[in-house]
Amino acid sequence: MLHYLQQGLFLIVSGVAIYFFAKNLGKIRRNILLGKDIDRSDNPRERWMTMLKVAFGQTKMTVRPIPAFFHFIVYIGFVLINIEVLEILVDGIFGTHRAFAFLGPVYNLAIGFFEILAFLVLIACIVFLSRRFVVKLKRFSGVEMKGFPTRDAATILVVEIVLMGALLKMNACDQILQARGAEHFIQAGSFPISQYLVPFFSSWSDQSLIIMERVYWWFHILGIFAFMNYLPFSKHFHIIMAFPNTYYSNLKAKGELNNMASVTQEVKLMLDPSAQTPEGYEPPTSFGVKDVTDLSWKNLMDAYSCTECGRCTSNCPQNQTGKLLSPRKIMMDTRDRLEEVGRNIDANGSFVDDGKNLHSYISEEELWACNTCNACVETCPVNINPMEIIVEMRRFKVMEQSSAPASINSMFSNLENNQAPWQFSPMDRANWTQDI
Amino acid sequence: MSDFKVRTLAEVSAAGEEVDILFWVGCAGSFDERAQKITKAVAKLLHQAGLKFAILGTEEACTGDPAKRAGNEFLFQMLAMQNIATLDAYQVKKIVTACPHCFNTLKNEYSQLGGNYEVLHHTTLINQLLNEGKLSIQGGAFKGQRITYHDSCYLGRANGIYEAPREVIQKLDAALVEMKRSKANGLCCGAGGAQMFKEAEKGERDVNIERADDMLEAQAGVVAAACPFCMTMLRDGVKHHNKEQEIQVLDIAELVANAMEL
Repeated sequence: MLHYLQQGLFLIVSGVAIYFFAKNLGKIRRNILLGKDIDRSDNPRERWMTMLKVAFGQTKMTVRPIPAFFHFIVYIGFVLINIEVLEILVDGIFGTHRAFAFLGPVYNLAIGFFEILAFLVLIACIVFLSRRFVVKLKRFSGVEMKGFPTRDAATILVVEIVLMGALLKMNACDQILQARGAEHFIQAGSFPISQYLVPFFSSWSDQSLIIMERVYWWFHILGIFAFMNYLPFSKHFHIIMAFPNTYYSNLKAKGELNNMASVTQEVKLMLDPSAQTPEGYEPPTSFGVKDVTDLSWKNLMDAYSCTECGRCTSNCPQNQTGKLLSPRKIMMDTRDRLEEVGRNIDANGSFVDDGKNLHSYISEEELWACNTCNACVETCPVNINPMEIIVEMRRFKVMEQSSAPASINSMFSNLENNQAPWQFSPMDRANWTQDI
Repeated sequence: MSDFKVRTLAEVSAAGEEVDILFWVGCAGSFDERAQKITKAVAKLLHQAGLKFAILGTEEACTGDPAKRAGNEFLFQMLAMQNIATLDAYQVKKIVTACPHCFNTLKNEYSQLGGNYEVLHHTTLINQLLNEGKLSIQGGAFKGQRITYHDSCYLGRANGIYEAPREVIQKLDAALVEMKRSKANGLCCGAGGAQMFKEAEKGERDVNIERADDMLEAQAGVVAAACPFCMTMLRDGVKHHNKEQEIQVLDIAELVANAMEL
């Protein structure tokens, strides 16, 4: 009877969890597709290779070996322990216990391996917590990390520790019950880590152990469902987005900025007023990026892929020298604004002007500090490009608002008048040849 | 004074001749006093290697790089289309430039507007010419000297050129030492993205001063650069630390030209 109740409850809980997760994924997908279209369907082979290397292989993490090592443990742990979650799902639905136990020695080996992994993940999360809150690495501070972002990071790490703990304690109860030959608890698995937890539970009665085993089992699976539903609201969403985001990486030279085709037609007309405009040509209505919907869908995907690790910011020459610019903040602001636009659409059916745009989040002081040096782009472990957003926003500032620093404006007028950024006469351009 | 004259494409084509390569000088190389020395070194090396080359002279205009990076796409495209028209009128196929910003723009961004050329940075070309034996270094003016190389962002991260300049330095028999931040992890000089033309935002220090710390730490007598803008920034950084006597900032082209006593 209790079994059927549990099975029913489990089905309902997983249904609800999956429903809300799918719903929120759908919203994120819609938000990303609010971006301008760009074509990233070329070179599928190279794209798969990039994803395999950068996302699966985590090749860009290795630059910093200590976090790379611990992150790899958590990553492997996440991927492999999820195989065990599959068993938990099967057990939950069919009321079985350790449904995959028929695999015999392979199963025992796997469970033993998962236990070791779970323990290592637990250690890694403690290391990560202490890097943030005890050692207080500079990379994890900064104005953009105040409040939710830091709580978010702590929540994820604590939840992972608690989940791994529940898994090990569940196994501890289970193996005592197995040893006592309790009904339903078939002999299966090996417990290299949780065996050390046995003394804490060995004096308990069968009945209490069965209850505790169930409690930890439910706690573990409910924890995983809760975690899954927390993902779409968290920086931790990178565990999903890292894969598509690296697949859709920019494959061209990093130095190449996109060409604004809308400008090309205008310039052609300007240089040659008699030129024919193509059939159906409509002059562009705006230039550059005012709000998130002017960015490309890849820029928006970047924003959802960011896990706020801060490698971009710690490698940024301007941030290192104490300037306000922080590429991580650019990505976080983009996501925050996009979420705001998304909520606006949810509430009103379609976007209703709220008097704000991306420039309400990112200041001119930040935009004009960028060296376009590509350090942030180079270092991002999931191939995010904050620089592109900065240049696009500069385009809006300059071409829509004519609002650039005075010195930049005089550089522009020198270019217009002298074809050089300085005030030299174009006739003197070859003067250096006179005394070679 | 050298025994040759740098000609313009206009002069060359008026004489009914053709060239192997166009030397794109760039604004800094044309007007900036310090960068002019780099320009002259490149011209001497091209001549020494027996390449037939010419410049555009007064027909050259800024590639538009600073305008594009500063968000003025109109101005960029005006300059780019004007340059493409000039280059195509002379049927230019191959270009060498000593400026990584010109290099990046000509190579990657002109093709989007219909200008397709084979574009080389001078460090790549010089390395090729040395490999082919068209240039050879004797005398060893820099033999055993500690030389460090500052990666230009627009050569390195932007276009993946890290090795050519280093190979040239090694051919000088010099001891190439790396700064703590180099290659893909190299620190910007602070000039790119149109920063050259404006004041820095408020902060703790300027980027080139930060970079100068790396240069001092490398304990090299020569810092090799491959970009006229890096040249300005790095020299200012050295000056800031009053190390002009101890540290020379020289372009890769100047190093080779000096070693060859050109």
